[in-house]
Amino acid sequence: MEDIKILSARFGKIKPDSVEEYINAGGYEGLKKAVTMQQEEIIEEMKKSNLYGRGGAAYPTGIKWEQAYAVKKDPKYLVCNADEGEPGTFKDKRILAEDPLLLIEGMTIGAYIMGAKEGYIYIRGEYSAIQRIVKSAIENAKKAGYLGTNILGKGFDFDLHVVSGAGAYVCGENTALVESLEGKQGRPRQKPPYVKNCGLFQMPTILNNVETYSCIPCIVNVGGERYSSFGTEFSGGTKLLCLSGNVVNRGVYEIPYGLTIREIIYNLGGGVKDGKKLKFVHLGGSSGSCLPESLLDTRICYDDLKKNGLSLGSGAVLVVDDSNCVVDYLKAVMEFFEEESCGKCTPCREGNQRLLELLEKLSQGRGTLADIEKMKSIAQTMKMTSFCGLGQSAPTALVTLLKYFENEFIEHTAGKCANGKCSMNSKGVN
Amino acid sequence: MGTSVCNCKSEKFKQLELIIAEHKDQPGSLIPVMHEAQELFGYLPLEVQTVIAEGLDVPLADVYGVATFYSKFTLQAKGQYQINVCLGTACYVKGAQLIIEKVADMLKIKVGETSQDGLFSLDATRCIGACGLAPVMTVNEKVYGQLTVDKVEKIMKEYLDTVGRDKNANA
Amino acid sequence: MDMINLKIDGLDVSVSKGTTILEAAKELKIDIPTLCYIKKLNEVGSCRVCVVEIEGKRGLQPACVTNVSEGMVVSTANKTVRETRKNILELILANHNRECLSCPRNLKCELQKLCNEAGVDNVYYEKKALRSPVSASLSIVRDPGKCVLCGRCISVCANVQNVGVIDFAYRGPQTAVTTPYEQNLSENSCINCGQCIEICPVGALQEKDDTDKVWSAIDNPGLHVVVQVAPAVRVALGEEFGMPVGSNVEGKMVSALKRLGFDKVFDTDFSADLTIMEEGTELLDRINNGGKLPLITSCSPGWIKFCEHNYQDFLDNLSSCKSPQQMFGAVAKSYYAKRADIDPAKIFVVSVMPCTAKKFEAVRDEMQVNGYREVDAVITTRELAKMIKLSGMDFTKLPDGTFDGILGESTGAAVIFGATGGVMEAALRTVADILTGKDLQDIDYKEVRGLEGTREATVEINGMEIKLAIVNGTGNAAKLLDKIRAGEANYHFIEVMACRGGCINGGGQPIILDKSKTEEVRQRRAEGLYGIDRSKEIRKSHQNPEIKELYADFFEKPGSHKVHEHLHTHYVKR
Repeated sequence: MEDIKILSARFGKIKPDSVEEYINAGGYEGLKKAVTMQQEEIIEEMKKSNLYGRGGAAYPTGIKWEQAYAVKKDPKYLVCNADEGEPGTFKDKRILAEDPLLLIEGMTIGAYIMGAKEGYIYIRGEYSAIQRIVKSAIENAKKAGYLGTNILGKGFDFDLHVVSGAGAYVCGENTALVESLEGKQGRPRQKPPYVKNCGLFQMPTILNNVETYSCIPCIVNVGGERYSSFGTEFSGGTKLLCLSGNVVNRGVYEIPYGLTIREIIYNLGGGVKDGKKLKFVHLGGSSGSCLPESLLDTRICYDDLKKNGLSLGSGAVLVVDDSNCVVDYLKAVMEFFEEESCGKCTPCREGNQRLLELLEKLSQGRGTLADIEKMKSIAQTMKMTSFCGLGQSAPTALVTLLKYFENEFIEHTAGKCANGKCSMNSKGVN
Repeated sequence: MGTSVCNCKSEKFKQLELIIAEHKDQPGSLIPVMHEAQELFGYLPLEVQTVIAEGLDVPLADVYGVATFYSKFTLQAKGQYQINVCLGTACYVKGAQLIIEKVADMLKIKVGETSQDGLFSLDATRCIGACGLAPVMTVNEKVYGQLTVDKVEKIMKEYLDTVGRDKNANA
Repeated sequence: MDMINLKIDGLDVSVSKGTTILEAAKELKIDIPTLCYIKKLNEVGSCRVCVVEIEGKRGLQPACVTNVSEGMVVSTANKTVRETRKNILELILANHNRECLSCPRNLKCELQKLCNEAGVDNVYYEKKALRSPVSASLSIVRDPGKCVLCGRCISVCANVQNVGVIDFAYRGPQTAVTTPYEQNLSENSCINCGQCIEICPVGALQEKDDTDKVWSAIDNPGLHVVVQVAPAVRVALGEEFGMPVGSNVEGKMVSALKRLGFDKVFDTDFSADLTIMEEGTELLDRINNGGKLPLITSCSPGWIKFCEHNYQDFLDNLSSCKSPQQMFGAVAKSYYAKRADIDPAKIFVVSVMPCTAKKFEAVRDEMQVNGYREVDAVITTRELAKMIKLSGMDFTKLPDGTFDGILGESTGAAVIFGATGGVMEAALRTVADILTGKDLQDIDYKEVRGLEGTREATVEINGMEIKLAIVNGTGNAAKLLDKIRAGEANYHFIEVMACRGGCINGGGQPIILDKSKTEEVRQRRAEGLYGIDRSKEIRKSHQNPEIKELYADFFEKPGSHKVHEHLHTHYVKR
């Protein structure tokens, strides 16, 4: 397979906050070229690149930027979602820690296009050490004339601020993130209006993930078509994947779109650890779907995944071996969502509590077939009526595991946990 | 003793006023101020929240709302060593539950508690993005990865020895 | 105007652009159920009870915050919608303390009604989220175990009243509507207005029940128990007994109070007339002698507390007159005690008020006369209804009774105190007569009437121009005072009522189950009061014969030393 490194080329090879080393390693070529181009031209290249948002929602970035560019209202803000909170995801962390200037360059190109003067990088609070690296990189870029006033002598100004998140998964949702940046509790806003029209401080806001911004310099540099050719027909470029769980070689891998999940786990990841068998893969983080062995040959690209009812989400590939129990595993997933629900809407706030309650019943051997039906019904209600993506996707793991492993759930109603993970200690107790 | 604590406290409140003054005119300054206040005091007691509310002209109810909404803010003082064990799914399938149970057992506190001597607090945390090292825990900013029950026992023993030695040194 | 055509449940409808599905459905007489939604106040789309299906859209959409679009095809009650709605209501109900039978909101609870209509007959789940315990201030009881987290109270408190002592806190299963550190509402700047109670869909917010105090006073043969009833009560009490909104039930109410066992049934309208004598005099005195202006009314205890917390630089502008409730108590335990030859220590004064803040006002330190508490117990309109129901009376069939003398006579000027602008109009009637020295006949000051939150007027009396402002809702008051502070506005006289619409919409008034009718209910209650005013033979406070008698016999004249001892007060910074 072709070894293309766009995002990870400099990982571990340069001092992350050094502008000099960044430039010596090929950095800032994109920005230098961008400032010689018309804004519309750059957007055109982005559309050709088939770049889809890397945060999870996979919206075509070129179209998003074209729409934002068309909004006539000032000031516009550029915001980077670096609140990487999706469990099993640690790719943005690598960019932030090891090549933050790539992100800064991408955002600066964005500012040039949008005419934005201020940008915010919202980094999750747990990455406090990394926040310091990014802040230092910003200072250095300013000193070198790549950020701040009169960038590259082209008369445009752009300043970047690092804002620390405070520990709320829901702030990965665009409008919740904006609320948080405004100093409020991170509860999502009603859409429309969308942030591109009315976002931070009620102004037009361009909001993208770390990885998405980081793709822009390359697209400008090599052109949209060339960039797109790294991937498949419909999914342009490369993607950072986070391989974790019961697999030999865990870590972040940059892959061109089109590899199969099996290739990723067995070729890159070295297969399942300790000679155990793969039970399922949790794709795209806790909000993503779980897929069984039989779907491992699905290619990583938006269209193929969609055909199988899957989505790549944030790029997490969590391998779960056959020593694990689906009910027990789901309890960990649902505990997370129960706690992270912002509490605004009924289906998410209450639904997650009830799914967890019914899973606990199952794991204690008190569950019934009716409980399984009730879980399906709540899951459906959550998916259809939750206010934001958190609640809509929270039951995805449950729904997919029920689809592929329903028998294991049914066994639990008979007080049996084949993997011995569930205590079943409360059987008969009500 | 009482006065020295008092002085130190009023010194901190002076610093808090400075933090507030520095951020006052920036939009969205509440959360950054709260971060810095927590760094300063270790937690966000009512009096600190009240000063922030008055200083930034935000209703106290809003400050309290933010303080309780985000998991990084705490209303209670934490231990000198804040131990967080990741229970994210990637760590969970690598046996994180056993790790947290071991730490709780060694420190003789429950998850979410702070030891009576104020030295250790133990919390379960959501995924911290160190899945490549799962299972992981952090002690303050230090990350420990690829833990096993044996390994965590050794690490915790060292911490316990350190504070033990400190105690002796003080005595 | 751009019109949008769409289909709802198979019916065509054409509405203007920007209309929500909920509003469009109303045009077709389709009522989509809602819980968190209050028009223009709480349009947050969070409860998801109003979800509907839109053809071609993924999932279901909240009708309350989704705008119509051309060619939209909406189903508001198909199988998916019905089942989903039922699921959502069941989820809400599962964490709600279902003590319906003993809940003060029983049969006036929106959740109960919604669940009943949606056919939620069973709650599947076992666990209950941990909630804080019940907490009560002097006026308001919060029961977090019943809270459905709709956020309406937060909106009313912050956005209408500018008070903002409650907000959402925590998240996930701990999500709560709360004060900082779960403080009791008496520990913060809550003004006790009770608007949160009125807006709450369930029984999570209630008045502090004081009916037991009243019952035991009545049952105590050693006490002479007198009751006073505020103007706004008589045009709302009937709602509790199924009578049309705005019905004047003064006569039946008086009969009911007598049957309940009160020794004397008096009227706060009497002391409202007394307030006008004092406040009118105060206004003229301040204008003529260079006193602090604008003079601001002080009848509304919610407003007073708001001012004491937030606008301390205006405390000297507040009229020093006690409110009619307190003036009544002061007179009852002095003048009345003397006239009736009863030991004031044996007199127990009960107030029936449309207001929860009156419970707080009655226990303020300042509110004492000759060492006696002026008012001993305050109950709301709702609590009075409860007492009447408990005693088994068929309220609607009671004969009309009349108030007792010598504190029972009142004028049309007094009864309109219950509506925003009423105190102003009553004062103008008296001030105009004083300034002109005539008995003017043209006394309907229509320019100060209405339900708008802020109104301004200038009236000319005998060559004197008096600039007036009337505000209702403390949020509107705050805006007006900000303008005065900034030098952008100035007046001679301002009437402030803490609640939108005035006392007719006070925090102690009957709950309006269908919140979309709030405006209409306010209007009709106000009309009820103005109707009484029109029907009164005497419509000016200074012509009230019992008031004349009171001054002649006891107080000498308005503003006298004795008056100041009994009827005036001062305010404190909080």
